[in-house]
Amino acid sequence: MMAEAFAAQDTLPGNKTCNDAVLALENEDIGYTDFTALKQVSLAIKPGEKVALIGPSGAGKTTLLRRLFQLNPGRCAFVHQHYALVSGLSVFHNIYMGRLDRISVFENIRNLALPSKRRVREIRPIARSLGLEEKLFSRTGALSGGQQQRVGIGRALYRGGDILMADEPVASLDRVRQAQIMSLMTGTDKTVVSSLHAVELARQFFHRIVALKNRTVMFDLPVEQVSEERLQALYN
Amino acid sequence: MQRTSILFCLVAAVAWVFADISVSTLDPWQELGQMARGLVAPDFFSLPGLGRALVNTLSFALIGMTAAVALGAVLSQFFYLAPVRLFCAFIRAVHELFWAFIFMPVIGLNSLCGILAIALPYAGVLAKVYAEIRQEADPAPAQALPPGTGRITAFVYATLPQIYPALKTYTAYRFECALRSSAILGFIGLPTLGYHLETAFREGNYHEAAALLYIFYLVILSLRFWARAKIIILPILAALFLTAWDTAFSLENTVRFFTYDILPWPMRAQGFYEGTRAIAFDPGSIFSWAGQVFSSQALPGIWHTLLLTQIALVLTAVFTLAVFAPASRTFFSSRVTRPVHLALVILRTTPEYILAYAGLLLWGPSMLPAIVALFLHNGGILAYLTARNTDLMALPFDAPVKRINRYFYEVLPRCYGGFLAFLFYRWEIIMRESAILGILGITTLGHYIDSAIAKDHLDTALFLILITAAMNMGVDTLSQHIRARLKISAHVTGVPGG
Repeated sequence: MMAEAFAAQDTLPGNKTCNDAVLALENEDIGYTDFTALKQVSLAIKPGEKVALIGPSGAGKTTLLRRLFQLNPGRCAFVHQHYALVSGLSVFHNIYMGRLDRISVFENIRNLALPSKRRVREIRPIARSLGLEEKLFSRTGALSGGQQQRVGIGRALYRGGDILMADEPVASLDRVRQAQIMSLMTGTDKTVVSSLHAVELARQFFHRIVALKNRTVMFDLPVEQVSEERLQALYN
Repeated sequence: MQRTSILFCLVAAVAWVFADISVSTLDPWQELGQMARGLVAPDFFSLPGLGRALVNTLSFALIGMTAAVALGAVLSQFFYLAPVRLFCAFIRAVHELFWAFIFMPVIGLNSLCGILAIALPYAGVLAKVYAEIRQEADPAPAQALPPGTGRITAFVYATLPQIYPALKTYTAYRFECALRSSAILGFIGLPTLGYHLETAFREGNYHEAAALLYIFYLVILSLRFWARAKIIILPILAALFLTAWDTAFSLENTVRFFTYDILPWPMRAQGFYEGTRAIAFDPGSIFSWAGQVFSSQALPGIWHTLLLTQIALVLTAVFTLAVFAPASRTFFSSRVTRPVHLALVILRTTPEYILAYAGLLLWGPSMLPAIVALFLHNGGILAYLTARNTDLMALPFDAPVKRINRYFYEVLPRCYGGFLAFLFYRWEIIMRESAILGILGITTLGHYIDSAIAKDHLDTALFLILITAAMNMGVDTLSQHIRARLKISAHVTGVPGG
């Protein structure tokens, strides 16, 4: 059900015919002005590829995702780790915010005061697929952590684009929901790059695992080649 | 929150219909041009008695504030007692200028009058804020002390060290306010900067007025160099030494004031005409006197004070919401925010009384100058605070690039609650000032109080001051109630009161 909503929202021109990487970094140091968070990263992600980023906390997963997003913000949608939601606004508005840059300022402001039928029609199915339909016009701040996480995913879905990035998108969901949401996020032909805490989810839903440790890429392998020893080394 | 906001806007719109708003001067632009010329070419060299006025302004504020801190600190320790809270609410509900009106007949127009006029209301404010700051302190250290530790010991060891920085910040802010109050006391005749400012304004000498204003700004700017906790004792000692302590205090006068002058006229009338100063007590005639004062002076005064307050409150909100964005780095680079900040600091530093006085010269007597003065001064403070809060906000890195989307979707919904809390904190202050601006001729309560003082009707003046205080206390309570219902709060230390 969600996959439909997902596909329906995919309004941006995709890049499916191109065989080259949709996202690529070459020997890049990533960091803030005075501090390098990641050293000499080379990464090429092909269209439709599902890439999981794993590694101990503080390894630079968020930094890498952020850098990848900036390579092509117009085509990417981003699910934030700490939701980045505006708690004073309704679920509808928070999802709507995914397209603020594509809708006219006039309509944005009008929708803030009075949501248009058209936008509600667009957003309601997304909210339904995430189990948020009854909460569509509730204040987002009043929702549980898991519900808020789903609102963040809803925003990314509404934004569309052919690249979906997510920073720990299912961290605050229960196991059943985790699998549901992950399968829906990875169940289309979109390119997906997501950081994950749980290695099992990475194995289950992704093609490729990029592991970060000590401010650099430790390994970058197809899921089948990621052995227990490698994971042991990564987390110890 | 939206519903409350809309309700207040509607009330203000209705108030606007009833308010007297007009421009009655022949050529406001010419007057504005002259003011601008004064601001560009201040005249620092023909200010007789300026040194004395400066010393008085500083020393009234310093000594008044010292007394207020001492009294406020003691009162805050007993703030859990309802009578103490009520007492504090009352003394801060009466404006500095009204306190000066009350002390004037007892001790004369002198230093002590100015100092007490500042010390009392400020003690009331400080007691409340000190108590609020204390409430926010972590109680665990105090609970961990050995059983039987004395109250004061416990406070000094476990609570004071936690809250000291907040107390210091707030006290410093209040001291800046005390300097404004001290300067303004000159407008009713005390020998501070306001006295000369009033003269210069009245004579249309804007070159001198500008010079005085600039000197006042310099004093405020210089605070950071000498108003420091470690060395503040030196300026205080200097103030005690330099103040002219020529009070005309007499016990007889004081007793007479409290036991005779302020009694309702019907109690004194007969004795007055017979020359015996006998006091009669006839409830019927007292009631009819009170009813008469109430209907002919208090009611119109209350009505106009309310109109002015509600209009100024909503315009303060509008001004704040429009101006905080260009003052915030979330929206603009420092090339824009710096000059806007400077303008806001100037608005905050300039007392609304002076803004209103200038507006009166520009536009003539109506509510317009008071409205503009109130929303500029209060909006300046609120815009500054809201911009500061916005700068502390962590927005996601993919937040909208377009400023207007960013403003309405990311920033405004996040800062609106805090903004409303600030605004409701200022509601009481705006009402206090609305009443006071009546002294300038708008028919708010201050106008009737000023007229009663001028006619030496101390009984009427006191009656009206009590009504004004009751209104302020009412608004204060209502504001607390609304903030609690909307579940909004602003950190006490971040909320400068007027």
